[in-house]
Amino acid sequence: MFELENAKTTQGLRRIAIDPVSRVEGHGKVTLLLDEQNRIHQARLHIVEFRGFEVFIKGRPYWEVPVTVQRLCGICPISHHLAACKAMDAIIGAKQLTPTAEKLRHLMHYGQIVQSHALHFYHLASPDLLLGFDSEAAQRNIVGVAMKYPDIAKQGILIRKYGQEIIHHVAGKRIHGTGAIPGGVNKALTAAERDELKKDLPQLIEWVQGGIELVQRFFETNPSFFDSFGLFESNMMGMVREDGALDLYHGDLRVKDAKGKPIFDRFNYETYPQVLREEVRPWSYMKFPYIEKLGSENGWYKVGPLARLQTCDFIPSPLAEAARKNMLAIGNGQPVHSTLSYHWARIIEALHGLEVIQSLLDDPDLLGTDLTVKGERQEEGIGVIEAPRGVLIHHYKVNEDDQVTMCNLIVSTTHNNQAMNTAIRSVATQHLDRRVISEGLLNHIECAIRAYDPCLSCATHALGEMPLQVELIDAEGQRLSLLCRDSNGQFHTSDVYG
Amino acid sequence: MNSENTFIIDGMPIPFEPDQTVLQAALKAGVFIPHLCFYPGLRPNGNCKLCTVIINGRHTSACTALARSGIEVENNTPVLDDKRRLLLQMLFVEGNHFCPSCEKSGNCQLQALAYDLEMMTPHFNHFFPSRKVDTSHPEAFLDLNRCVNCGLCVQASREVDKKNIFALSGRGRASHIVINTPSGKLGDSDFALSDKAASVCPVGAILPKRGSFAVPIGQRIYDKLPISSQTEFLMTRKT
Repeated sequence: MFELENAKTTQGLRRIAIDPVSRVEGHGKVTLLLDEQNRIHQARLHIVEFRGFEVFIKGRPYWEVPVTVQRLCGICPISHHLAACKAMDAIIGAKQLTPTAEKLRHLMHYGQIVQSHALHFYHLASPDLLLGFDSEAAQRNIVGVAMKYPDIAKQGILIRKYGQEIIHHVAGKRIHGTGAIPGGVNKALTAAERDELKKDLPQLIEWVQGGIELVQRFFETNPSFFDSFGLFESNMMGMVREDGALDLYHGDLRVKDAKGKPIFDRFNYETYPQVLREEVRPWSYMKFPYIEKLGSENGWYKVGPLARLQTCDFIPSPLAEAARKNMLAIGNGQPVHSTLSYHWARIIEALHGLEVIQSLLDDPDLLGTDLTVKGERQEEGIGVIEAPRGVLIHHYKVNEDDQVTMCNLIVSTTHNNQAMNTAIRSVATQHLDRRVISEGLLNHIECAIRAYDPCLSCATHALGEMPLQVELIDAEGQRLSLLCRDSNGQFHTSDVYG
Repeated sequence: MNSENTFIIDGMPIPFEPDQTVLQAALKAGVFIPHLCFYPGLRPNGNCKLCTVIINGRHTSACTALARSGIEVENNTPVLDDKRRLLLQMLFVEGNHFCPSCEKSGNCQLQALAYDLEMMTPHFNHFFPSRKVDTSHPEAFLDLNRCVNCGLCVQASREVDKKNIFALSGRGRASHIVINTPSGKLGDSDFALSDKAASVCPVGAILPKRGSFAVPIGQRIYDKLPISSQTEFLMTRKT
């Protein structure tokens, strides 16, 4: 169905594996099948780990969930924490949080956005951008950047530290805190904590603006490479608030096609089960979501910074909006789809995050002490948030004894599954096809994956429900029977198959 | 200080009152002896053995040994702490103690002791037992994954609440808490959150519903000071 997803035959083809893919969160690998002339016949991104959160959360009391599920990830735990808490707000019927709770959760979330984006841009991606895609592998890391560009490395570390400090003050710990609880938050911010956070903001904003200029320079210096690297067109999905502005904490979901025309101007995220479907392919633990009405072939989409900046009408903070317009100008009126633009969009979002934090820290509501509300208990809750990597969906059902009976998580990296696979196939065709494969060329593939900042551990959380296929093969290689487990947990067999 | 009413712990004289145990007198004097199954106001029962000290050369549970004039107690020694750490490690691997997502974290005596005694690893293989979570009661839930069979709930329910809701059943490794109702469910008992048994659990096995994680990190009982520095709280706590 998709070009280079399945080779016509694997006979006579040579297999190259990039295992593990480095400088991403989690464990994944890429396999390439090439013929004798080094023509690429198949390229796939595989996720080689799996987690069990959707299963072992069952039976647990619902109020534990936001703290438990954040352990899916050490990079963006706050996103899971808040998405789960939004779902649990719905479970306890807390329709409107207090202004203080709402703003403290925003502060926590935008702190998360800043730290995660800084981590990705400076620690994981900048070695490729600053030192070169095919520079010496031993130097192509944050230490190499620190040796050659010490100021940039230091700025990246301190920007991330600032995001972590925000999380520490609101959630109690830099990683895996407990700040949000169903119906609100558990901790008020003190004036001293707020003042401490205010202190460094102007410097950080200046540094992130420097980061944006840095990426822009890359695109201006070498437009033919940056504009076309891993290029493919796709639909895009992102969250927008009522007036069409970018909102990373709450809003409706908007989907646009590759030309920027709306597929859904907006839909309430609670209706996602009617809008989205997940396809299972036998070679991957990670599912492939798509928009049901368009089908799996045409309905896949990308999420994350590049999609968000183009699905929204504007960014509601002046510096980031100016930077967004500047970035979109390279599309000459058309949406920007180049894979490396993700980095540009990501660092613009980091700037937006700092601007939001600045306005929140000036808001007197932030120091309030009215922290929780309650409402009428419900059986089902859906919480959606824009995690650093894109749309994150948490969906739970809870029985009358308060135990979770169903959990469905669709994380950002899963939404991007098809997009990442398409990106590596695009890069494989552009840069590897018919060439002598070198480590530097293989890193081009990793660069395409890295642009999505995938969190592979988050994306493989469905232990017990993952599709599996067991084949019984005779001595001649003939398949005698096949046992399959579908994504819904149903088994079916086929004897004397093939 | 009247030497007739003192004894020695690690070279330090400790005053005591008639009928006080070594553990009670030590805590009152500000000397910490690690323990799990002692609770002020309840009869000491010597279940957990963490308070094992050496009195005049013999290993004894400090919670059940009566304080006597002139006895010499070894408490804070590397050898005893090694043994206590071993006991803690066995308690951790015997149950399912997932501190990262447990709402008792920061208020949990087992966790606090593990930190205090510098338990760095579980050392033994985990049993990963399959244990029940009973959420049938409208106000409280019972998570036996975290139970350490200290018996405090059994005792509090029987002796203070006069309800006899909890009991220890089985023997040895198979011993576990049961509920004295035909269904075996907490929801079918007359258990109430105001019961003494609802507040004595040193771990997170019996907890009120829906109030969890309300206390932020940094303000929980053992966030403030290590358990070994909270002798006054341990001696006077009521909930």
